[in-house]
Amino acid sequence: MSRAPSRATLAPALARFRRSHEFWLLVVIGALALVLSLATDSFLTLQNLFDLLTSNAFVGILASGLLVVLVAGGIDISFTATASVAQYVALTLGIRHGLGWFALFALAGAVGVVCGLINAVFITKLRISSIIVSIATLNIFYGLLIFTTGGRYITSLPKFFRDGISWFEYEDANGVPYALNLQILVLVLAFAAAWLLLNRTNVGRQIYAMGGNKDAAQRLGFHVFRLNVLVYGYLGFVAGIASLAQAQLAQSVTPTVLVGKELDVLAAVVLGGASLTGGVGTVFGAILGVALLAILQNGLVLVGVSSYWNQWFVGLTILCAVSITAWSERRRRAAKAIN
Amino acid sequence: MSIETRAARPQLLLLRFLHGGTVPMLTVVLLALVAVFGLLLGERIVGVGALQSMAFQLPELGILSLAMMVALLSGGLNLSIIATANLCALTMAWVMTTQVPGAHGFMWVGWQVIAVLAGVAVAAIVGLINGFVIAYLGVSPILATLGTMTMCKGLSIGITRGNVISGFPDPIVFLGNGTLAGVPVALIIFLALCIPMAVLLNKTPFGHKVYMIGSSEKATRYSGVDTKRVLLGVYLLSSLLAVVAALVMMARFNSANAAYGESYLLVTILAAVLGGVDPFGGFGKVGGLVMALILLQVISSAFNLLDFSPFLTVAIWGALIVIVAALGVVIQTVGASKGQAR
Repeated sequence: MSRAPSRATLAPALARFRRSHEFWLLVVIGALALVLSLATDSFLTLQNLFDLLTSNAFVGILASGLLVVLVAGGIDISFTATASVAQYVALTLGIRHGLGWFALFALAGAVGVVCGLINAVFITKLRISSIIVSIATLNIFYGLLIFTTGGRYITSLPKFFRDGISWFEYEDANGVPYALNLQILVLVLAFAAAWLLLNRTNVGRQIYAMGGNKDAAQRLGFHVFRLNVLVYGYLGFVAGIASLAQAQLAQSVTPTVLVGKELDVLAAVVLGGASLTGGVGTVFGAILGVALLAILQNGLVLVGVSSYWNQWFVGLTILCAVSITAWSERRRRAAKAIN
Repeated sequence: MSIETRAARPQLLLLRFLHGGTVPMLTVVLLALVAVFGLLLGERIVGVGALQSMAFQLPELGILSLAMMVALLSGGLNLSIIATANLCALTMAWVMTTQVPGAHGFMWVGWQVIAVLAGVAVAAIVGLINGFVIAYLGVSPILATLGTMTMCKGLSIGITRGNVISGFPDPIVFLGNGTLAGVPVALIIFLALCIPMAVLLNKTPFGHKVYMIGSSEKATRYSGVDTKRVLLGVYLLSSLLAVVAALVMMARFNSANAAYGESYLLVTILAAVLGGVDPFGGFGKVGGLVMALILLQVISSAFNLLDFSPFLTVAIWGALIVIVAALGVVIQTVGASKGQAR
């Protein structure tokens, strides 16, 4: 991996990029954005882009965590339940003991890590497939949460939490204020952290290796259990952090509202090119996957399509995208076989 | 995959447990639970009334689980069963509420038949899309059915704007709420599906091919089986089972909606795996699934009678999978240490 590509390495890198999944996603997103900015006045405004980032931050943050698990060759759909539990525990204790920002995030992250560790232990030690384990733990975490809390909302959040953060405030000509809010900050940090973990650490290479071929990785001496603990713990941690960003945006904690979104996140990550068989997937792709679904839904609303039809278009996009990807993959493999 | 790694899977060990497989194992668990609940609740859990109410609740989840099981056996997964069922139910409901009330005599029956056929047609289309995308384009089943699930649900929401269609003719309502000699019709429908399904899966060439594909698709293809056609059949069958579930579900509620039964989706996978279906495909019997469904239903009914939250039931269902798998590992470790001692 070259840090500063010279001209000689840049050309093949560009050629490689043009064949990549991310390139085509970028083309589709670019076309979509172009059409939307020509068709509507409101798409390409700072206001809309800020809203888009803020409202999709929760899905985006979770996507950065789920990507790591998918790259490692696993799958986890319990993270929405994890997020619900983390949110509830952190803010309940936070209110009771008057905790500040750091303690809240530490607490939510810790609860998330514990839930992730439970997944990792079950998956590795009981040797059942990760999807079955995470379906089971989704039901366990969520069932126990609603059972113990009775599904009650928390609305009286502390004042500093309700106010959130707004750094680098800036007012445009019309006096509309913009600021870096909590959701966008966490979103950026989450993607940066996932990128660092996967691309700039030794462990990241091990995660790719394990996802690519678990048996080979094991024979090379990689500790599969430790890596599983890391990736599921990481997703749990990210889910815990995401849950607070979501609670801050919603200005309340509703234990029933997050569960059910897990497949949306999975769809976004997979649209970004991550493979369910592991070893494949990039942070840039995941960002593009989230962006595509976000811009699509935002655009439909702006163009004036009834929001009742949102899901239909999302479904169509997912089905087309995965079909085209699989089909071109198949053709490439066939071409290779002939040569 | 080698024979050794397959044998190491907990599901398979459970199959060997008690010399006979999942059914005896689940029967033991079930008897223990019934004994405990019987002591706690007495007549209320083992009486005729309780049995009948369980028999009304079981078929919906049961038929949906059969639909999931077929896909699981082939090494896949069908996340779109509930969305398909709701789309079919809405199609049938639309024909029934717009055409049937105005029709008389022969056409009154005719439109109801047409309604059901329309539902079957919708299911067939969804099933063929799933099958085509999975078998011929090579998309992983989770992704393909995630796409069709979102599309079907989107279509249902888009057309109905999230509203409910209700008020069906008596024969349809009878399917969900009627009884024959004290036995709920829905249960009869479920059992009438289980037997042909068991025969289809275990006694016909199609069934054998499904199990073979679940064990190793590549090996099956190299042995001359048209795996693509079989997979197309698997997802078609899964969809057609979903339309039966749709009929039972809409009949029971006397209404149809885009979001009914969504919480069942992941539970069907749990039920199938608990019933001994290997989540990687290739192993599992209808009998095991039925036992698992009865077990889940008994827990749910007893918790309901004990006044526990339904969410606790959901948690226990999830825990049951982990416990059964853990039991498998424990038996294996004990077996291994015994083997060493000898």
